Amino acid sequence: MSDQNSRSDNALGAKQLRAAERKESAILLALTMPAIIVVALVIIVPVGWLFSLSFLDGSGQLSLVNYQKMIEYKSYMRVFKTTFNVSFLTTFLCILIGYPLAYFLSQMPRKYVGLFMLTVLLPFWTSLLVRTYAWLVMLQRNGLINNFAIDLGIWDTPVKLAHNLNGTLIGMVHIMLPFLVLPLYAAMQRIDRNTLQAAANLGATPVQTFWQVFVPLSLPGVVAGSLIVFVLCLGFYVTPAVLGGGKVIMVSMQITAILEDQFNWGAASALGVVLLVATFAVLLLASRFLKLDSVMFGRH
Amino acid sequence: MVFDRPASLSISVTELTKSYGNVFALSSVSIDVKAGEFLTLLGPSGSGKTTLLMAIAGFNRPDSGRICFGDTDVTLMPPHKREVGMVFQSYALFPHMSVFENVAFPLKLRKIAAQEKYEKVTEALKTVQLSDFAERHIDQLSGGQRQRVALARAFVFGPKILLMDEPLSALDKKLREEMQIELKQLHRKLGVTTVYVTHDQREALTMSDRIAVINDGEVAQVGTPRDIYNTPANSFVASFIGESSFIPLERDAKGGLVYRGTKIAAAPTSQSAKTYSLVVRPERLSLVPPKAKPLAGKLYFDGIITELVYQGENALVMLKMADNLTLTARMNTRAGDDVDSLVEGQQLTLSIDKNDIITIPDEAA
Repeated sequence: MSDQNSRSDNALGAKQLRAAERKESAILLALTMPAIIVVALVIIVPVGWLFSLSFLDGSGQLSLVNYQKMIEYKSYMRVFKTTFNVSFLTTFLCILIGYPLAYFLSQMPRKYVGLFMLTVLLPFWTSLLVRTYAWLVMLQRNGLINNFAIDLGIWDTPVKLAHNLNGTLIGMVHIMLPFLVLPLYAAMQRIDRNTLQAAANLGATPVQTFWQVFVPLSLPGVVAGSLIVFVLCLGFYVTPAVLGGGKVIMVSMQITAILEDQFNWGAASALGVVLLVATFAVLLLASRFLKLDSVMFGRH
Repeated sequence: MVFDRPASLSISVTELTKSYGNVFALSSVSIDVKAGEFLTLLGPSGSGKTTLLMAIAGFNRPDSGRICFGDTDVTLMPPHKREVGMVFQSYALFPHMSVFENVAFPLKLRKIAAQEKYEKVTEALKTVQLSDFAERHIDQLSGGQRQRVALARAFVFGPKILLMDEPLSALDKKLREEMQIELKQLHRKLGVTTVYVTHDQREALTMSDRIAVINDGEVAQVGTPRDIYNTPANSFVASFIGESSFIPLERDAKGGLVYRGTKIAAAPTSQSAKTYSLVVRPERLSLVPPKAKPLAGKLYFDGIITELVYQGENALVMLKMADNLTLTARMNTRAGDDVDSLVEGQQLTLSIDKNDIITIPDEAA
């Protein structure tokens, strides 16, 4: 072994080349340092602080009291249940509406895509608060939608659309839709048109081609989009607060309430930690079953 | 064998025209492919050969004309009802299915019973030598293996017509040449009418029963590989298939074709072209030793060697003649031949047997 080492050391220019390689990796490390420092300051420190706060009781002593409360009080459980329920329903509705929309976009001639994409993106670029209050106005008892529906005879008496789960879902689906449509559209764009032609050539009707080839090949896009939507929904605040009318209480709202009413940083932090852990659990579970690597990072 | 030998169908394309905007991809193309024949559509890129293939498969609708399979007019038939197998240039395998599922796909659509399906897929995979790969995923296969899966998928359901769109273009040279022979053997075994698209003239010559040379959306010539190579119909065919040097000919008093006083051919009966050229294939030329006696059956070319390239099995000699024309010759590099002694700049005489001479009409420019 030493023989081999000495030989490679003595090989022409080996030492200088190795030194050059070491120098290069040192420079690369130095160049990435600023990014590493920013990530540490912006993400690791605050999250660490959140963690540590959640393990302190009212008097600043180390304790698990904040987590104990979460198990003891039913209301906490209910809040988590609502959060997951609303997030799940929003994601489901987004897929229901977003899939046909993305399919429509992916099938139309390229020159019109920009125009129709604008209808997806325009609301995306409008302030979240503005859109939520706009929905509040539209969904009122005597609002635009109720009046319109009654005039057209779709329903007779005003339906309660705002200040409940209905309103929350309508608003959230509208806001989340671009997060599903954009990755889904990208995935559909990537599908090799030849595979669809091949299916037709092998005897598949257009309907069979859609269900047996197009849909399976677009699934990674569905998974990517729904994960983004679901995870964003878990931490949503404004829309359920405004359109839920106090009937739909999500974790983020509970956190605000605890801070405003009790000024209890420990309890609020504990809720935040549990939400974070739950989110990670969802991602982990998804990666188990759905090969997240290829979905999220474009690996194949 | 589990495959029912398909009663292969003839294809007849009549006056097919297809334009994109004001560019004609196909202008009034008529081709007949006999049942069981291996016909190659050969042409440069953009010549319309793929457009023609896609029209036969049903993926683009012609502006006018008719396509028949046997006695059935299929011009308006959607692709999924045409019952033709197709191998795509990109293979177009289904990435979400295993090799087995890919090949079984057309059988599944035809609701073939599980046992029969299994037998057919197994037999097809055996035919393309992929028996051990049935459970693999598509992304675990090499280019050549994917090509074989695409092939198996295209013939497993016993189509009477097989279409191939440059199926070997993504493979490296050695593998491509192996696959050419394999495809030819497969065609012989299945007996299915095959239309094959390529821009590679050597591939076309190797594999085809007949070749249709396509240029600018028109059929330039249809014939056996020998016909096409030995008697090209025009200068496009002569220059696209094989290498050629073109030498302009003169006319004698009776209109006969003459090269430097040597009569080549009698007056052509067709009056369409005014001038004619001699087409000289480089491998048909041979070295003439100095001071050799001229023979009656030969035509001689004198010139100076401007370029000498050693290419292994043969050497390329470029000869500049008195009238500034360049003649390209391929010389065998066998030991004992005089190629080794040649140097650039030296005077050289080459000869060709008069039987190897091709004359073609010049195109009106």
